[in-house]
Amino acid sequence: MTLLAQIPPLQIPDIAWSAISPELVLFGVGILALLLDTAGPQRLQASFLVFGFAAAGAGYIALSTEQSVLPGLVGLAALGQFALTAIWRDRPRLLSALLAALGFAGAIGVTTWQWGAYSGRLVGADAATFVGTDSLLGGMVAVDGVALFTRVTVCLAGLVTVPLSFAYAEERRIHRGEYYPLLLFAATGMTLLASSADFIMVFIAIEVLSLSLYILAGFAKRDLNSQEAALKYFLLGAFSSALLLYGIALVYGVTGSTNIAEAGRAFSSLDAPQGMAVAAMALLIVGFGFKTAIVPFHMWTPDVYQGAPTPITGFMAAATKAAAFAAFLRVFVGAFAPLQWSWTPVLWVLAALTMLAGAILAVVQNDVKRMLGYSAVAHAGYVLIGFVAVNRAGVSGVLVYLLIYTFMSLGSFGVLALLERRNHKAMAIDDLRGLGRRDPVPAGMLALFLLSLAGIPGTAGFVAKFAVFRAGIEAGHAALVVIAVVSSVIAAFFYIRVIVAMFMEDVPEGVAAEAPLAPSTGMSAGIAFSAAVMVAFGTVLPFLLVDLADQAATFVS
Amino acid sequence: MLAEYLPVAVLFVIAFLFVALSLLVSSKLGPSRPNPVKNAAYESGIIPDPETAVGGSRFPVRFYLVAMLFIIFDVEAVFLYPWATVLRDLSWYGLAVMGVFVALLFESYYYVLRKGGLEWD
Repeated sequence: MTLLAQIPPLQIPDIAWSAISPELVLFGVGILALLLDTAGPQRLQASFLVFGFAAAGAGYIALSTEQSVLPGLVGLAALGQFALTAIWRDRPRLLSALLAALGFAGAIGVTTWQWGAYSGRLVGADAATFVGTDSLLGGMVAVDGVALFTRVTVCLAGLVTVPLSFAYAEERRIHRGEYYPLLLFAATGMTLLASSADFIMVFIAIEVLSLSLYILAGFAKRDLNSQEAALKYFLLGAFSSALLLYGIALVYGVTGSTNIAEAGRAFSSLDAPQGMAVAAMALLIVGFGFKTAIVPFHMWTPDVYQGAPTPITGFMAAATKAAAFAAFLRVFVGAFAPLQWSWTPVLWVLAALTMLAGAILAVVQNDVKRMLGYSAVAHAGYVLIGFVAVNRAGVSGVLVYLLIYTFMSLGSFGVLALLERRNHKAMAIDDLRGLGRRDPVPAGMLALFLLSLAGIPGTAGFVAKFAVFRAGIEAGHAALVVIAVVSSVIAAFFYIRVIVAMFMEDVPEGVAAEAPLAPSTGMSAGIAFSAAVMVAFGTVLPFLLVDLADQAATFVS
Repeated sequence: MLAEYLPVAVLFVIAFLFVALSLLVSSKLGPSRPNPVKNAAYESGIIPDPETAVGGSRFPVRFYLVAMLFIIFDVEAVFLYPWATVLRDLSWYGLAVMGVFVALLFESYYYVLRKGGLEWD
C-alpha cells in the first residue's frame, strides 16, 4: 500500500496519431479486407458491424474533441466500405483488391496532407519550401521529408501492384483472401520503417514487413521455386534481422540510447570510435545490406526474385528497397554523418562491388526474371553512390532514384507477369524472340522499361542515374561514378539483348501456334500507368520530381 | 568499460569447463552397456515413428498452431492485467483503446477459427 501511494497519478500521454496516420490507414484497410474475407457468406453483416463501430468511434471523437474533419472522414470511409461490400458481396477477390487499392490511395492522400501540414513549419528565408522535421510519439516516429517521400513511393508501388496481381493470381490459382491484406501489412511495415526515428521501431518495422513478405514470396505454395524462395528469404532474413539487432544492442551499449538522432549525437562526441562503435556500425551495415540487397549480402536476391509470384517480385524489389534505404539513410547519413570518415570507405567499396557484380552476373542469366533480379542488385549499387556522397544532393538523388526505380521495376515485372500468364512458365530470353512482331504493345512497353533501366538519355532511368551521379561527383567520388558508368554499359548489354530478341529475331520454329495475349484490364492499367509515369518523369517533369526530392531531403535531428 | 563484462566471461568459462568435465568424467567412469531401447531417441516418453503420425511427418504442425495461439492470448493477458489496475484513471479513453486492441486480437482468432485452424482432425 505504501508503494502504491508513491506512484504519481497516471498521465495519459498525448499521442500524435497524425504522425502515423498513413500506417493506420494501411493497417486498418488490411484488417478490414482480412475480416471481410474471413467472414465468407456473412460478409455483409461483418461489414455492417465494422461500420457501426467506426461510426460510434467517429461520433465519440466528434463529441469529445469538437472536430468534424477527421470523424467525418472516418464515417465516410466506414460507409464507403459498407457500400462496396454491398455491391460486390459475391465477388470477394474483387472486393479485396478494390479495398487494397483504395487503402493505398488513401495512404497517399494522408501523406500528401501531412506534407502540406508540415512544410513551412521551419522559420527562415526559405521556410515554405522545406518539409519539417518533427520527431513524435516519444521520439519513435520521424515526420520528415525522407519519411514522407518514401511513404508516397511505397504506397504508389502498392497501388500499381494490386491491379498487376489480380489476373495473374487468378490464373496461377494463388488468389487467396490473404493476398491483399498481406500486401497492405507489408506496406505498413515499409512506411513505418521509412519513418522510424528509433532503432526499436526500425526493428519492429523490419519484422512487420519481412514476415508479410516471407509469406507472399511463398504464396504459390504448390510451386517448388516459390517454396524455395520463401524458405531462403525467411532463413537469411531472420539471420540478417539478428545481426541488425546485435548492431542495435551495441549502439545502445556505446551511446545509452536507442533513439537514432541521440545515438548520432553521442557518436559524434567520440573523437575516435572505439571497437564497440565500429562493430555496431559494421553490424548495422550488414543488417541493412541484406534488406537492400548489397553485394556481398545479395545471395538471396536472385533466387527469391525468381521464385516469388512475379507482381510480388516487382513490389519487393521496389518498395522494400525504398523503405530499407530510407532507414539506412536516416541512420548513417542522418545520424552518423560526423563519423562518415569511418563508414564511407566501406560503403564506397560495397557500392563498387554491388554495381559490378550485379551487372556482370546478370549478363550470364538466361531466365528473364532472374536477370532482372541481378539487375535489381546493380541498381542498389547506383543508389549507394548517392548514399556515400553524404550530402543533401545525395539524399535527394537516392529518393528520386528509388521512386523512378519503383515504376521501372513494377513495369518490367508486370509485363513479365502478363507473358507468364500465357506461357504458364518462367520466361527465358529465347521465349521472347519475335515477340515484337506478334504482340507489339507489350513488347514495346517492356522495351521502354528496359531502356529506362539501362539509363538511356531521354528516359526516366537517365534522370535517376543523373541525380545520383551528379551528387557523387560533387562529393568528390568521381572514381565511383566511373565504375558506375562502366557497370551501366555492361548492364545495357543485357537489357538491349532482350530488346534485340524481341524485335530483331524471328519466332523460333514450332511455337507459332501460341494463344494470343489476353491482357486483363487491371494489368493493362498497371503497366500503362507505370509507362506513363516513366515517360512523364523522363521527358516533361524531371525537374518537378527533383525539386520535390530536394525539398524532402531532410532528417529529424 | 568492457571490464564490467568480466563476470560474464568468467561464467562462460566455468560453464564450458563444467560441460566438458561432466562429459569427460561420465565417459571415463560410467559403464557403457548400450541396448536398442537405450539407444532410441527420447521424445516425451514416446518413441518417434514417422509412419504413425498423420501425413508421415514427425511433428504434426497442429501443435505449432496451438502453441502460437496460446502465446497470442498469453501476451494479451500480460497487457490486460496492468491495464485493469489503472482502468479508473484511464476512464473511457482506456476502455476504447483496449477495445481496439482486443478487437484486433479477436480478428486473428476469428480468422484461425474460420480457416479451420482449431479442428484437430
